[in-house]
Amino acid sequence: MLSELLQFILSGVTLGAMYTLSALGFSMIYNASGVINFAQGEFIMVGGMAASFLSATGVPLPMACVAGVMIAGLVGGLVERWAVAPARDAEVASVIIITIGVSMILRGLTEILLGKRPHALPHFSGEAPITVLGATILPQSLWVLVVGALIVLGLNLFFGRTRIGKGVLATAYDRLAAQLVGVDVRRVLTLSFVLSAGIGAVGGVLITPISTVAYDTGMMLGLKGFVAATLGGLGSGPGAVAGGLFLGLIEALTAGYISSAYKDAVPFVLVFIVLVLRPQGLLGTKPTDRI
Amino acid sequence: MTQISQSPAPRAARSNTGRFIGLATLTTVVALLPLALPNAFYVDVAIRIAILAVNGIALNLLMGYTGQISLGHAGFFGLGAYGSAVLTAHFGWSPLWALLAAAAMTAVIAWGVARVILRLRGHYLAMATLGLGIIISIVLSNETAWTGGPDGMAVDSFSLFGVPLSGERRWYWVFGGLLIGTVILAQNLIDSPAGRALQALHGSETAASVAGIDVGRRKVGVFVLSATVAAVMGSLSAHYAGYINPGIAGFLQSVELVIIVVLGGMASIYGSIFGAVVMGLLPQLLAGYEGWDSVLFGLIMVVTMIVLPRGVVPSLTARLRSTRFGTKGNAPC
Repeated sequence: MLSELLQFILSGVTLGAMYTLSALGFSMIYNASGVINFAQGEFIMVGGMAASFLSATGVPLPMACVAGVMIAGLVGGLVERWAVAPARDAEVASVIIITIGVSMILRGLTEILLGKRPHALPHFSGEAPITVLGATILPQSLWVLVVGALIVLGLNLFFGRTRIGKGVLATAYDRLAAQLVGVDVRRVLTLSFVLSAGIGAVGGVLITPISTVAYDTGMMLGLKGFVAATLGGLGSGPGAVAGGLFLGLIEALTAGYISSAYKDAVPFVLVFIVLVLRPQGLLGTKPTDRI
Repeated sequence: MTQISQSPAPRAARSNTGRFIGLATLTTVVALLPLALPNAFYVDVAIRIAILAVNGIALNLLMGYTGQISLGHAGFFGLGAYGSAVLTAHFGWSPLWALLAAAAMTAVIAWGVARVILRLRGHYLAMATLGLGIIISIVLSNETAWTGGPDGMAVDSFSLFGVPLSGERRWYWVFGGLLIGTVILAQNLIDSPAGRALQALHGSETAASVAGIDVGRRKVGVFVLSATVAAVMGSLSAHYAGYINPGIAGFLQSVELVIIVVLGGMASIYGSIFGAVVMGLLPQLLAGYEGWDSVLFGLIMVVTMIVLPRGVVPSLTARLRSTRFGTKGNAPC
């Protein structure tokens, strides 16, 4: 019994780490530009697809992974420059529609270039599961957890200690004021897209050995990342981590104890409940509207 | 402040002549089109366009006039379709009663949901409607005993008082008639006191509520109306197609409806028809080019929002009229 529970928790935390990375991407872009990027899931997919394509053509695994992340980062930057920046002053709904459009373009292009079939990557350190108190965990899951934690730490340092990171925070807080004190806001906004695409792609690359990746896997991962970000409170870093882990756990426990068919519905039911009871999310601050 | 107030509130006082000309043109086109359609395949495409147009107009009432975005509207279409299919197949109801029951059920669900989620704005509303649509399609895929699961289920043909309705040509008149009816209904609604209230709401919710408009009730009303229209269209198209699967309620279908609205133009009835024509024809032109349809749909969304944020039809009519319309009527927020 206990080992079963532990098993579900382990797989939940692995899922949760993945959702956290997706949610962090959402929150970062939202903070810097007020945009909800519905193409976030596509960044995850592009990272995984590019890495597995390169690895299949014979590029050594570590290089393929790094290249996959960099390609996704480049795509993120281009998306910001070409699609989001031109609509800077548009309404929320317009920007939502633009980012959905971008996600469809990326999905379609990937399908055209790399085909419909799922792509895989070799496990980073073998496939022999490690046994912990009767439950098993794949070495790859440990990779997901460790790298996920490192990214969260790295982001903390980036925002707290570096000049450009503080610039991003300042832009998030008040774009005009940041501009006035000399922050290059244009660059910060592009950077936020590059970074969140890169972070998403890291998640995509890490999860691909476990679950494979196809041109259409990004959508669900992105949506769940958005749910995780919303659960934790949009724009909140700790919120993204808490929301992601919470979502992963609930999903794994639902799949284990209630119904695996309905596990994909769980995040959306959950977000419904949270939005109704606490629209600002679990850790977010209550937004105030100017009229 | 998170509303779509890109387009200026449409001209309520559009002259009756203008309205009449538009309607007469539409009726003529619908009446004469079958003569130009060589075979059943083209009639089928025309029917699909009419279905998209009716759904688009209904969604546009919500998006264009209340500024609320719904990313889950195909879910209501699916509820109507599956409501009809299940009631006729498993309970032996007559199609008409099944349609009415499915519409009523959808209306109740939409009402319950709307009361809760329409308090949300912007991103949160998008998230909530999107979640709703996804939950609906997951339920449809998983309740295999009732819905046949991902494989879908067959739907009996529609019959009214014992007279079966079959063949593309007959269905064409049904959907053509519904399209014209929807246009008349939407125009009348917009020019009614309720519609004026909606337009006020579109400009500024705060101002509207100061003027004594029950903002919440109006929004819920439009949401329920557009969901119910989608359900009715779902029922009818299920009977028409004879087969349904959960894909009809999916996220991409909801996005398709949103594209129709934004491409044609927010708050523009004929704009939604234009959007439906484009979205109905494109898949036919792109059949066989897998992936390119998705790329093109995406490009349409991005380019429209950047270049013609008010949509094709309002932008063109504004240019034709070249009145004082150029300025953006954004509420200060």
